[in-house]
Amino acid sequence: MTATIATPEIGRARLRKEDARLLTGRTRWTENITVPGMLHMAILRSPHAHARISRVDVSGALAAPNVVTAFSGADVADSQGVMACAWPVTEDTVLPTYPPLAVSEVRHVGEPVAVVVARDRASAIDALELIDVDYEPLPAVLDMEAALAEGAPLVHAEAGTNKCYTWVFDSADAGTGGSVAEAAEQAEITVSRRFVQQRLIPAFMEPRSVLVDPTGGEWTIWSATQIPHIMRFLLSATTGTPEHKIRVIAPDVGGGFGGKLAITPEEWITFTAANRVGRPVKYIESRSETMVSGHHGRDMIQDVTLYARRDGTVTGIDVKLLANMGAYLGIVTPGVPILGAFMYNGIYKFPAYRLECTGVFTTTTKTDAYRGAGRPEATYAIERIMDELAAELDLDPLEVRRRNWIDQFPYTTVAGLEYDSGDYAAATDKAMQLFGYEQLRAEQAARREAGDPVQLGIGVSTYTEMCGLAPSRILGALRYGAGGWETASVRILPSGKAEVVTGTSPHGQGHVTAWSQIVADQLGVPFEDVTVLHGDTRTSHKGLDTYGSRSLTVGGIALTMACQKVREKARPIAAHLLECSPDDLEFSDGAFRVKGTPSAAKTIADCALAVFTSHDLPDGVEPQLDADATFDPQNFSFPHGTHLCAVEVDTETGAVKIRKYVAVDDVGRVINPLIVEGQVHGGVAQGIAQALFEEAVYDADGNLVTGSLADYTIPSAADLPELVTDRTETPSTTNPLGVKGVGEAGTIAATPAVVNAIVDALRPYGVNDIQMPCTPERVWRALQAGKQASKEVQA
Amino acid sequence: MIPAAFDYQRPATVADAVAALASAGEDAKVLAGGHSLLPVLRLRLAAPSVLVDLAGVAELRGVREDGDTLVIGAMTTHAELAAESRVPLLAQAAATIGDRQVRHRGTIGGSLAHADPAGDLPAAVLALDAELVITGPNGTRTVPAREFFVDYFTTTLAPDEVLVEVRVPKLAGWQTTYSKVNRTAQAWATVAVAVAVQRQNGSIAGARVALTGMGPTPVRATAVEQALAGAAPDRIAEAAALAAEGTSPPSDHTASADYRRHLATVLTRRALQAAAG
Repeated sequence: MTATIATPEIGRARLRKEDARLLTGRTRWTENITVPGMLHMAILRSPHAHARISRVDVSGALAAPNVVTAFSGADVADSQGVMACAWPVTEDTVLPTYPPLAVSEVRHVGEPVAVVVARDRASAIDALELIDVDYEPLPAVLDMEAALAEGAPLVHAEAGTNKCYTWVFDSADAGTGGSVAEAAEQAEITVSRRFVQQRLIPAFMEPRSVLVDPTGGEWTIWSATQIPHIMRFLLSATTGTPEHKIRVIAPDVGGGFGGKLAITPEEWITFTAANRVGRPVKYIESRSETMVSGHHGRDMIQDVTLYARRDGTVTGIDVKLLANMGAYLGIVTPGVPILGAFMYNGIYKFPAYRLECTGVFTTTTKTDAYRGAGRPEATYAIERIMDELAAELDLDPLEVRRRNWIDQFPYTTVAGLEYDSGDYAAATDKAMQLFGYEQLRAEQAARREAGDPVQLGIGVSTYTEMCGLAPSRILGALRYGAGGWETASVRILPSGKAEVVTGTSPHGQGHVTAWSQIVADQLGVPFEDVTVLHGDTRTSHKGLDTYGSRSLTVGGIALTMACQKVREKARPIAAHLLECSPDDLEFSDGAFRVKGTPSAAKTIADCALAVFTSHDLPDGVEPQLDADATFDPQNFSFPHGTHLCAVEVDTETGAVKIRKYVAVDDVGRVINPLIVEGQVHGGVAQGIAQALFEEAVYDADGNLVTGSLADYTIPSAADLPELVTDRTETPSTTNPLGVKGVGEAGTIAATPAVVNAIVDALRPYGVNDIQMPCTPERVWRALQAGKQASKEVQA
Repeated sequence: MIPAAFDYQRPATVADAVAALASAGEDAKVLAGGHSLLPVLRLRLAAPSVLVDLAGVAELRGVREDGDTLVIGAMTTHAELAAESRVPLLAQAAATIGDRQVRHRGTIGGSLAHADPAGDLPAAVLALDAELVITGPNGTRTVPAREFFVDYFTTTLAPDEVLVEVRVPKLAGWQTTYSKVNRTAQAWATVAVAVAVQRQNGSIAGARVALTGMGPTPVRATAVEQALAGAAPDRIAEAAALAAEGTSPPSDHTASADYRRHLATVLTRRALQAAAG
């Protein structure tokens, strides 16, 4: 056989192998997995934001039809384990006890209090109404600044404070830059803003679901999770169950966006319930439970001050952050703002930087990672305030950026990161051209001149982000509890087909397709002949799962390395079959070829058959081609791009319509342009959603007002513009594939682009900020306030 | 969540539906498209003992003409209504409801009987001075739209009555339009306005304005209507400024009452200008 691969697979817009089964639903979601003897669990949740539990009586539920057991937190206090936080960001981070089922106190609406296990789901839900709980209400604490005030009611009385931690970065102390105090003294111009990152709720399609089968002294757990490997380790660590007795399976998982980068109380409670009854127990949550109990995202207050010279050169940035932890700490809750802390300088060569972040407990659902995790917040702040600086100096917002952006790589930033590569000017030029920047500016001027009730605004966002989480040593330095490597195995079957085992855990990203493309190019195995196994700790015993745009930049590199090992194992066999020296072979066009005589070739499939029969192998050669590799990156990768947004703002109603949206992203080398484009589309939609539509709202008593998708307004296709997307391609220098990561880029870039556009439309009316989401009423009110302020100035 | 257990009946005629409701008592609920009722059941905010599903009642579907009136069966879906050129105002309003799936399941009868003050069709039938035909154990009665809506989610329908059809005057020579502001395309209206305008000899002979989201029921903006009776079209802005008069809009996380009042005047002005233009 001398098969050749005519077209490289990398860079090819392959349709996804996953889509037929995912889109038709003919696949394995946790909800449609059934095992013999399976029971169903339902959870009674707290109706109070904060209360002492004085009594829980489950006897009514126990007497109900089809009920097998019912119990409260107090009943399992010693055996249920605890929920762990893996990222105490400072030595003195307050780590409150976080029981899966509340034992003596509830601290947010929706916190699990008791459960019913029944023969069917309806009976379990019916019986919840028969559980009697006596609560002694305690004061709710919802506002972060109120929570930090003297005498505020305490979320965790034993902590003595609502402050979780204060984390400080100062470039002068770190040796990465100058002093912000000096920049402040010497500033020719100072711009300050308070930005509020509203709380968001991850709205993945598949609610969280879990099934625990404890049969035979081993535990098989199916869960709609992003992190099966981390879950197995933590379940073992927090319940004392031996790790090798636990098998966690993330079957097909319907989205996550960070919302399933979590170990959940619901998983732990289902585990406890299964152990109590000695039978498999399944828990499928409803959407309203997802919304009140699954972790939320964002929820920060950012006080940002920019110091600059009158020529637009920024001389320093000072950031004070308040980050709402919610009532408890999830797996990386304290670390989310810290991930952003390294990005407040954006794409710019600022000389001085200081950030002080305080984490605050409140009686709300906990926050944790949500698409971008800290980086969208940081990017929003810097990209918004760069526009404000431009307005103060009467410069075009792109001009101010040009005067400050990094133009040589690698570049060590004031936050201490080494940006690998990029070309900000190229991406910006391309975006401006696609956008028709000058024409739209002309139209804007005409509408202003005419006093058109519908004004045009143009928003700019030139972002970068750090992908490829993460170099393990850096994670260690940041006090994160795990590493950042990833692992992959390649198994070559006798017929020459390949099975890949990956430690990444896709939940919609398309790893099966992209990984097949990598293997095809590396080994010459046809795209169709590659299978990718993932999300089952029995087949993939090691891995650090999928989040933070890490899968390709870390897992894809591990896969590439494993492929290279396979090739090196196959080389002597191919040489033996070709009766030449291994040194005379090169691997090109999908096969080992004799240098100078490319028609003399052997494929991996030829070698696979040779090791299968093993009738004629060179002496001392192990008869198999399989290989494993683990990759620990030495640095992050830094994709970047320029997004431009034009909005039409109806000055009478405040309604905002996106007229044009252009995204030019540089995500390094692209494996599959279709997947990249899909990620950009979805990411931009989510970024626009924060700018215009989504907000988790609590009432004064701590009830989640936006507890269903009728009230928490996520946009649909009808609310979103047609996107113009394009790319520049600057390979990363931190990994051999040159890839950078694309999972979060759109979300990070889009939010400030949209808000900058709205503010730009209304600047002549005296508007210089609008709180997100920019609802029609908020826009209208900002206009009224701006007009009023302008009048007062004139008077 | 999943609903509490209930009995399910699927009658084939209106008479059978009324009989089923009568025998089930006050606890029964009529199921039309289910797009308002089922979420309520799933959240267990209601737990009726019997659902009487009208999906099998053929006589409740479709649109027919009766002289100067169009008669719309209560089980006519929003999608069918949106394609119905003989009632442009209802078609326009129905086309803005929810999303495609909702429009293919939801029905005009269900929407009117549910009487959500943020719904689209209640204001539209109010602007058209439609009549609602109701059948119960004691026969059939006809109620003007103006008298049908009583309060939040409350109408003059008795528990054992079924809304069977909506009689809409054809309004030859009138121009209509429906305009709304909502948070997303699938969201309920923050405020919406349905208008019908009759032009005669360059002036406005008649104007009807009905508002959504401005109180516990859809309301007619009578001050606007009176100000426009016989007026020249250049009086529209002045008249529309009265749109919020006598309304009691809610303040909630979507919008404040003040903003709703403001929106009512802007949308009313624009809708009237569009219809009278």
